[in-house]
Amino acid sequence: MSTSFADFGNDLYTGKRSIPVVASRRRFYLGSLVLIVVALLGLGVQHLNLGLEFRGGSEFRVATTSVPSGYEKTARDAVGASEGEQGVNVTLVGNNTVRVQTEKLTDTDSQQVRGSLAKAFGVPEDNVSATFIGPSWGASVSGQALRALVIFLIAVVLMLSIYFRNWKMALASLVALVHDLVITVGIYALVGFEVSPATMIGFLTVLGYSLYDTVVVFDKVRENTNEAFANGRMTYAQAANLAVNQTMVRSINTTVIGLLPITAVLVIGSIFLGPGVLVDLSLVLFVGILVGAYSSIFIATPVLVSLRRKDASVVDLARRAERTQAKKARDVAAAEEASARGEAVPASTLVGGAAEREEGETLTGRTVHQYARSGPRNQPRRTPKSKR
Amino acid sequence: MAGPAPRTAARRALIALTVLVAVLGGLLGYSIAWGDGQATPKLGLDLKGGTQIILEPRTNAGQSVSAQQINQARDIIVQRVDANGVSGAEVTTQGDRNIVVSIPEIPTQAVRNAISKSSQMQFRPVLALTSGVPVPTGSASPGPSGSPSPSASPSASPSAGGEAVSPAPSASATNNSAVNDALTATTPSPSASATPSPSASPSPGASANSGTSAPKGPTDLAWITPDVQQAYDALNCSDPKALENIQDVATKPLVTCSDDGATKYILGPVAVSGDKISDASAGYQTNQQGTVTSTVEIALTFNGEGTKQYADISRTMVTLPSPQNQLATVLDSRVIVAPYFQSAIPNGKASITGNFTLDSAKALADQLKFGALPLSFVEQSTVDISPTLGSEQLQFGFVAGLVGLLLVVVYSLFQYRVLGFVTISSIVVAGLLTYLTITVLGWAQNYRLDMAGVTGLIVAIGFTADSFIVYFERVRDELREGRSLASAVETGWNRAKRTVLIADGVNFLAAIVLYLLASSSVRGFAFTLGLTTLIDVLVVFWFTHPLLTLLTRLPFFRDGHRLSGLDPRRLGAKTRTYAGRGRFTPVTPAVRETEGSRA
Repeated sequence: MSTSFADFGNDLYTGKRSIPVVASRRRFYLGSLVLIVVALLGLGVQHLNLGLEFRGGSEFRVATTSVPSGYEKTARDAVGASEGEQGVNVTLVGNNTVRVQTEKLTDTDSQQVRGSLAKAFGVPEDNVSATFIGPSWGASVSGQALRALVIFLIAVVLMLSIYFRNWKMALASLVALVHDLVITVGIYALVGFEVSPATMIGFLTVLGYSLYDTVVVFDKVRENTNEAFANGRMTYAQAANLAVNQTMVRSINTTVIGLLPITAVLVIGSIFLGPGVLVDLSLVLFVGILVGAYSSIFIATPVLVSLRRKDASVVDLARRAERTQAKKARDVAAAEEASARGEAVPASTLVGGAAEREEGETLTGRTVHQYARSGPRNQPRRTPKSKR
Repeated sequence: MAGPAPRTAARRALIALTVLVAVLGGLLGYSIAWGDGQATPKLGLDLKGGTQIILEPRTNAGQSVSAQQINQARDIIVQRVDANGVSGAEVTTQGDRNIVVSIPEIPTQAVRNAISKSSQMQFRPVLALTSGVPVPTGSASPGPSGSPSPSASPSASPSAGGEAVSPAPSASATNNSAVNDALTATTPSPSASATPSPSASPSPGASANSGTSAPKGPTDLAWITPDVQQAYDALNCSDPKALENIQDVATKPLVTCSDDGATKYILGPVAVSGDKISDASAGYQTNQQGTVTSTVEIALTFNGEGTKQYADISRTMVTLPSPQNQLATVLDSRVIVAPYFQSAIPNGKASITGNFTLDSAKALADQLKFGALPLSFVEQSTVDISPTLGSEQLQFGFVAGLVGLLLVVVYSLFQYRVLGFVTISSIVVAGLLTYLTITVLGWAQNYRLDMAGVTGLIVAIGFTADSFIVYFERVRDELREGRSLASAVETGWNRAKRTVLIADGVNFLAAIVLYLLASSSVRGFAFTLGLTTLIDVLVVFWFTHPLLTLLTRLPFFRDGHRLSGLDPRRLGAKTRTYAGRGRFTPVTPAVRETEGSRA
C-alpha cells in the first residue's frame, strides 16, 4: 500500500494523475454550501449548548471515597430537598467525584445545598466544594476572545497580503477560515456538545490550523503560478490545480499526523475521563482539523482561482498557455503520426499541460544523457527529411 | 555538490543547538541546585489543585455596592496579585458582589493577606493615642497613665514614635536639617515608641468643647465627643475581635488600634484618601549628598488633588503638638504607621521613614500603591481545590499524548522509512527544548502549565511534524526533478524554508494576538502555541536540516537505499544519470524544466 501511496504521490507530482480540484470547483462549492447551510440551521435551531461558565450557575463537587450507585438520585434529592428542581445536572467526574450543577443560587441557598449534599453522601462538609459562576464571566471571556479574533484576522490579512503580494490570496484563505469555523461550530450545535471555555480555545486553534494549512498550499500555488506567468505554459487554473495535487501528499500526511495524537486523546479521554477540558478540546480539534484539511485543498485554492479569474494578467496567461499547449498538441500529433509510420517512439504523450515530455529523451525517443542535455544538442531535432 | 559550505553550516547549527540545550539544562540544574527550581514544570490550578478565595465587600449598613466599584476593585486585586509574583491567578467577579481569586497554589499567608487585607487606605490625623489595653481608671478621668505598662509597649514593631514623614529628598533642598532630624529621631527603642502616649491624653476640656461647637477640619480635637471617648476607653486592642464591628466612615472620627494591637488611637476624619496615591516605592533613603544611607524609606507620590490635600494637612499639622502632628496611615480601619511631620510637604512627594526592614517597607509600599480599593473586603470562603481531579486529567493527557506520539512514530516510519527517524528525533529534540524552556520559565517567571497549555503542546506535535513533512516532500520533489540527493536537500530546503517560515509566522501571530488580548485561560494556550512555534522553527533550522545535510553523505541515503525514504526509483525514476565518480543516479520527469519550450 505504501508503494502505491508513493506512486500516487509521484503521479500527482508529475501531473500524470490529476485530481481536477479546480475544474470541478462548483461541486465543492456546492458541497460546502450545503454543509454551511446545515451548520447555520443547526446554530439557529439548536443553539450552542453553552456550559456553566457561560450561563452562570452553581457547581458543587462532592469528593467521596466511593461513589454510591444511585449517586444521581441521591444528589438530585439532596439539591431538591432544599431548592426544588432548578435545572440540576449531575455527572460523575473522574472516579470519585460527583459534580452537581444547578442554576445560580444565592449564597445562603448554596450553603444549604452544600450541607444537604454532604449529608446525603455522608461526607464532611469540607469535602463538598461549592462554586458559583457569574453569568458575566463567560461573556467577558468570549468578548475578549472575539476582539482578539477580529484583530488577528486583520493582522493576518495584512501579513499574507504582504507575503503573497496579492490580497486575493489573503482573502481566499480567510474564506477557507470562515468556512471551517462555521462548519465546526455548526457541528457542535447540531451534536449538542457542551461549549466550555476549553472548546473556545479549540475553536481558536482550528482557526490557526486552517490558516496554517492554507498557507502551505498557497505557497506552492504561488510558486507554480509564478512559473506559469514566467513561461506561459499553463493557465492559472492549471498551475493552481497542479499545486494542490503536488501538496496533496503533504496535506494527507500532515492531517494524519496532526490527527493521530488528537484521536488518542479523544479516545482515551472519553473512555476514562468523561467530559472535561481534554475531551472538549480534542473533539473540537478533531472536527476542525478534518474540515481545515478539506478546505485548504478543496475550497481555498478554487476560491483563489475564482477570485483571480477576471484579473488581466490571468486572462492574458490563459491566452498564452492556450497557444503554447495548442502548439504542443500539434507537435505531439505530428510525432504520433510519425510513430504510426513505423518509428520507434516511446509513448511519451502528455496529458494536458501538466507535464512535459520525458526528460532525457527527445521526441524521437533518442535518449540524451543529462550532461549532454544542457548544450545546443538539447535542441529538438527535426526528423530527417527522408522520414518526413 | 554538497560542498564544504553546507556541511560546515550544518555542523555549526548542530553545535549551536547543543549549546542551547546545554545552557537550558544548566539553567535548570542551577535552579534545582541553588534556587527553588524543580525538575518538572510548574502546574496550573486546574492540574495541580489550588486555592480559590471568594471575597465579599464589607459595607456599612445601608451602603450599596455598585458594579463599577466591584470591577474597579477587581482590577486593583489583579494588580496586587501580580505584584505578589503569583502568576496564573485569575480574578473574576462572581454575581455582582463578590470577587473570586483563583491561585494555582496554596498561597502563603502573606499573599493571602496582601490580597484581601489591604483594601481601604486612608490618611487620618491622630487626635489621641495610648497603649492598646483599656485604662482601668474611672471614666471621669480619661487621661491615660503616663507610663504605659511594659506588656503593652511594642518592642520591635514600627509604631508611632519612631517614624517621621519628611519631604522626599529630591524636592527638599531647603530641608537639610529636617531630613537629618528624621535620621536622628529614628531610634527604634521600646521607650521611644511609648513616650508619645502620655502627651496624647485628650484634655477633658477639649471633649467638653466638642459638645458646643462643630469641629473645624480633621485635626480639631473637638471630634472627640463623649461617645468617641467612651468607645476609646472601652477598646481593648489585645482582643482580636475588638475591631470586628468597627464603623469606618470617612467623614467621622475613628477609634481603632494599630496593626499589631499595641497602640490605640482616636483618629480624625479622613484627610487624604488612599486612591490619591499615584506611586509608592520602598528603598534606601538617599541623603542630600546623594549617598545612599541605610535608612529604609517609603517614597510616596500623590496625584494632583492628593498633593493639595496633603500639603494642606501637613501645613496645619506640622505646627501642632505631638501627637496631633502625626498622620496615621489606616488600612482596613487599622493604623499601619502614624509618622509625624517634620515640615510641610507642598509637592506631593513624601517619604516615610521608620524602623522598617526593606521587606516590610516593600510590602507596605505595595499596599499603599495598590491600596486604593474603593471597598473593604473580607474573605467569605476559601476553597482549596483538590488536586486529584487535575492530576487525573494530566495523567490521562500524558498517556494519550504518548500513545499519539507512538502513532505518529509508526506513521512516519511507514511513510518515510528511515527518514522517519529524522522526524522522530526532531520531535524528540523539540520536546526536550519545550520541556526545558517550560521548566526553566516555571522557575524564572513562575510560568504554570495548565490544561489549555497541555492541549497546545499536543496540538503542537502536528504543527511541528508538518514542518518536517513540508521539508521532506520538497526534497522528494527535487529528487523527482533529477537532482542528486545533496543538491536536492539544499534546493528543497531553500524552497521549504520559506513555507515553514510563513506558516509558522501565521501561527506565531495568532499566538501573540491571543496572548495579548485574551483572558488568562486562553493565554496558557496561546503561550504554549507561540513557544512551540518558535521551537519548531529553531529545530527545523538547527537540527532537522543540518542532520539531513550530514546524513546525505551516508551511502545509505546517497545511493537511495530502498528503505531510506529518499529512493529516487520509488519516486518515479526511469533513466539513470551520471552522478560523478562513475556512479549513476536515477532521474525522473520534471515539471520545472529549464529547456526550451519548443518541443
